[in-house]
Amino acid sequence: MNIATFASKRFLVPMVLVLIVVLLATAPLYTALGTIPLMTTILMYIILAVSWTMFSGPTGYISLASAAFFGCGIYASALLFERGAALLPLPAVIVMGGLAASCFALIVGLATLRLRGIYFTMFSFGLLELARRLFQYYEFYVTGVRGRYVGNVDGNTVYYIMLAILVATLLTVYFIRRSRLGLAMQGIGKNEEAAAHMGVNTTKVKVLTFALSAFFMGATGAIVATRWLYVDPTIAFNLNYSFLPLLMAIVGGVGQPYGPVIGGFAFAYLRHVLQSKTPYYFMLVFGAIMVLVILFLPGGLVSLIERGRHRLEGLMSKLWKGAEAEQHADT
Amino acid sequence: MIGFIPKIIFNGILTGGIYALVAMGFTLQYGVARVLNLAHGEFIMFAAFSTLSLYVLFGINPLLSLAIVALGFWIIGFLLHSSLFRRLLKSSPSPGAFESSSLLAAFGLLFVIQATAKIIWPGLPWRVTFLAYPIRILGVQVMANQVVALSFAICIALAFYFFLMRTRMGKAIRAAAEDRATAGFMGINTDRVLALCFGLGASLAGVAGVLYSTCYSVSTNMGMNYTLMAMIVVVLGGLGSVPGAFIGGLILGIISEILNWTQPLFAMPVFYVIFIILLLVRPTGIMGKR
Repeated sequence: MNIATFASKRFLVPMVLVLIVVLLATAPLYTALGTIPLMTTILMYIILAVSWTMFSGPTGYISLASAAFFGCGIYASALLFERGAALLPLPAVIVMGGLAASCFALIVGLATLRLRGIYFTMFSFGLLELARRLFQYYEFYVTGVRGRYVGNVDGNTVYYIMLAILVATLLTVYFIRRSRLGLAMQGIGKNEEAAAHMGVNTTKVKVLTFALSAFFMGATGAIVATRWLYVDPTIAFNLNYSFLPLLMAIVGGVGQPYGPVIGGFAFAYLRHVLQSKTPYYFMLVFGAIMVLVILFLPGGLVSLIERGRHRLEGLMSKLWKGAEAEQHADT
Repeated sequence: MIGFIPKIIFNGILTGGIYALVAMGFTLQYGVARVLNLAHGEFIMFAAFSTLSLYVLFGINPLLSLAIVALGFWIIGFLLHSSLFRRLLKSSPSPGAFESSSLLAAFGLLFVIQATAKIIWPGLPWRVTFLAYPIRILGVQVMANQVVALSFAICIALAFYFFLMRTRMGKAIRAAAEDRATAGFMGINTDRVLALCFGLGASLAGVAGVLYSTCYSVSTNMGMNYTLMAMIVVVLGGLGSVPGAFIGGLILGIISEILNWTQPLFAMPVFYVIFIILLLVRPTGIMGKR
């Protein structure tokens, strides 16, 4: 029996994953001061990249609206978890943030996911601007407040919640991937008309996943707001939260579930390192990497890893066979 | 209040003229080269800053920079297409795949250009006074630089339209937009035509940026707004239609001035509602054929 395949497919991968989660969960106990806030930010970017990929990866519809859903979550938190006047407990606020983003995505999706390809991208590009202006208008004329103060939450709690959201996001991605919904999405990505002819309700599938991916973005926004303490429409609806997740996911690679995780981790860390030294240079580096990846590595970093893995597996099986042959020769 | 109306209309046509140039470049890049250039607004911003730098450092008249920038940006656009986008086009399995990958590449460019501008020109919005004195036209008091910018915008837009409609090269461009493969069979060097078009799009963005910088203050964050505006205008006029972009630009410019006068915070949502309705009801635009 082949120990290598048994170990890699059935047993090793889940165990390593559980080990990573346990290591991350116990991180506040042994890491140096200041590491946890950085790790929280990295987790945030990973969630955004993964949930962007959840919809845009298989379907091929490039969405530039992540920041709008993220901002919805932030504002849900600002309204329901205001400093000194929290209306709901924290977990409820996070769920509400997710639901608010989901509802927004549902409405927007119903109106626009009938549009194909490039029109959808153009639409989603402006969505953020629309959301920001509407909130500005509302705050300026209706409530008359410029910004809002959000209740303070302990740093480790924020970290744990972020980790929980990430685990939930990854589990959702994992379970969707081989489900009817996931296969329908891949069908849409490959050939939408063919999928429709096979009986896939394409609009329903697209709107559902769009709303589902928005849920995680909104939930992340809701918890992040408690770290920022002060939010106004310009802070909440920042274009970078549309752009960076897309960039991370594309560079990481959307073909495999772990692609955006790698991309998100690498870029969030790189951003932290570069930004502390020289502002704006990180944008230059990111943009250049993006163009190079599109040109020379269309599958992203994942394709590189997969290629390496295939080669390694080939090598392993060759060695294995060689050893077996030698054994046979001995007997 | 009545006295303001001609002024609003004049400002609207000026804004609209710049939008028209921006949108014409954008629609050309998409309509012929099939690149939805998300970095289009950044080209405008970069051109505006270049003009200001040339003016401040070397005392070069912005109207002279107009020629320099137009040529320089054309070369940049040409090189960008023949190095980056042509490669993508050759390696893409389908036109749809090329549209996505070129969009993502343009997105990377957006980051590169914006970051470069922020590194070269840090700090607050810049403003240079150029021909900043009032003159009277038909009883309306306007700034001289605005009149100059407007007349240049309209002349360039018209010249460009005649280039497309009346010259041999323009015919080749329209043929390539219609059907690239067939145009290739007819002996048109489509690779060169596409690169030329991308260059022309960049050049138009550059011209718009130069004219903009003579009238308004510029900031490194302004590009995104113009990309968004270009999208709305080209959807209004029909994606790929050059006259549609021109007329759409003028219409949107006037609407935006009226809204800015009455409800400044409301301008964007109104555009956006127009955008959504158009996308849903008539995605081929007001001038669209299909």
